[in-house]
Amino acid sequence: MSAVGTRPRRSLARALPAGPGVVLLLLFLAGPIGYCVYLAFTDLQLTGQAESSFVGLDNFTEAFGDKDFRNAVWLTLVFTVVSSLIGQNTLGLTLAALMQRASGPVRTLTGGIVVVAWVLPEVVAGFLLYAFFRREGTLNAVLDWLHLPGQNWLYTLPILAVSFANVWRGTAFSMLVYSAALNEIPKEITEAAQVDGASGRRRMWHITLPMIRRSIGTNLMLNTLQTLSVFGLIWVMTRGGPGNRSQTLPLYMYEQAFQNSMIGYATAVALLLLLVGSLFSLVYMRLLRTEV
Amino acid sequence: MKRTPAARRTVRRLTADAALLVVAAAFVLPLAWVVLSSLDAQADLRVKVPDEFTFGNFDAVLVPDVTFTPLLNSLVLCGGATLLTIVCAALAAYPLSRYRSRTGSAFLATILFATCLPITAIMVPVYALFVQVELIDTVHGTILFFAASQLPFAVWLMKNFMDGVPKELEEAAWTDGASSMQSLLRVVLPLMGPGIAVVTVYSFVMMWGNFFVPFMLLLDPEQMPASVSINDFFGNRGTVVYGQLAAFSVIYSTPVLLLYVLIARRLGGGFALGGAVKG
Repeated sequence: MSAVGTRPRRSLARALPAGPGVVLLLLFLAGPIGYCVYLAFTDLQLTGQAESSFVGLDNFTEAFGDKDFRNAVWLTLVFTVVSSLIGQNTLGLTLAALMQRASGPVRTLTGGIVVVAWVLPEVVAGFLLYAFFRREGTLNAVLDWLHLPGQNWLYTLPILAVSFANVWRGTAFSMLVYSAALNEIPKEITEAAQVDGASGRRRMWHITLPMIRRSIGTNLMLNTLQTLSVFGLIWVMTRGGPGNRSQTLPLYMYEQAFQNSMIGYATAVALLLLLVGSLFSLVYMRLLRTEV
Repeated sequence: MKRTPAARRTVRRLTADAALLVVAAAFVLPLAWVVLSSLDAQADLRVKVPDEFTFGNFDAVLVPDVTFTPLLNSLVLCGGATLLTIVCAALAAYPLSRYRSRTGSAFLATILFATCLPITAIMVPVYALFVQVELIDTVHGTILFFAASQLPFAVWLMKNFMDGVPKELEEAAWTDGASSMQSLLRVVLPLMGPGIAVVTVYSFVMMWGNFFVPFMLLLDPEQMPASVSINDFFGNRGTVVYGQLAAFSVIYSTPVLLLYVLIARRLGGGFALGGAVKG
């Protein structure tokens, strides 16, 4: 047998173990994504009409012309920026930085509580925060105790309530990432700056942050992707309501597909969400490449 | 008066402690609600210490309809999908970890890319597809999709753990005439036990808590896992018995919390991120 002939065959034999995984991925992940691209250009409906037909870009033009869609885009943006970029990220970094200085038991206790919130099943977390934010719930009881006015949070500020819920649930991830990153900074560097008389804030800004900037990048990326696809938490807390005031894109997509039976249209929305996700995913991969 | 560095450090530590305790208090309130309410016969929506502790709520929910069937469904669904994920991931990670090739690195890049895709987005097309191929409302269909959605991350993690097993150990087995499959089974996998444990527990925990996938792909209430059946406490049963809802939440959450504790200590808190953030 010639060497030319064996090489591809040998590499094929070597790749063989990957077979089952590749088949699974092709059938159940690549398949649906391909189907998603196809469906997005059809007018498939859940009921009534048996045949669907190609409608070109109609679904997309319809989406951008629909004020409910624009509302969902806006709310998704608010939800992502408030809960992920600002909330989880900043709180996670703050907690990690505080933990560097805190005493052992406090660090363990706080870390433990924050992580439990993260490990809990999504729906349970949803119920806990639903109870927390309801008019007769814990938040108002605490405010009352502090002599501050309470209100019906899930009605007056639903998108903020679900954003805070997402901060509660998701901060542990950032906290763990940043704790690991801060632990890797050599002690000598911060100590040298301290000897030179740099204040805590200056050390944070000029030394610590630049040194962990890659962790910040990857963390922001992963948080954003995670937050972009939150469904259960919001579904349990508000069902996207009242009205559509906490209806982010995943909930809008669900409503269009199953309450309005517009599968094709909902899939177009799904495709847009997928495209935004892919974009973030590519940026994330670039960040990783510069890191390793 | 000038403070000594030691005194300054103490002040700094106390400030940090105080700040952390405030955050901990804010975070613990919703958790306290579920624990206290589950033991309270008159539970409502706010945190309060029960006037009288009772296990009545647990007694009420620990019946087949409410708890055992959904938990068993969860176990079948997540256990099956985890098993499938781990087998496929271990097999796929092997050539990726052992041989360098252009196809391999392209595949790895695709895997990493897929790890980050928002699975939520494709649930509507998946539903439509499952209706077409008659996999809707089937447990095996849901298991297959669950496994596929978890697979990219599992392969990625598994490959990173496998890279930690030195190739020399395997070469010894090859000289003794073992095939690569045998050396994977007998040499590599046993040496990466902790890594496999992490991937297994992580996959299981992710699926156990996942709501959207079974919510979309299963229709029959008899087949619903706990993540979806918990909704029954609302809606058609009239008024919500919060104590029972809390008791059920505790029962449903305990397994994943225990599993997390089991592996978190061994691999450091950031275990799940090891593969994702470090590349």
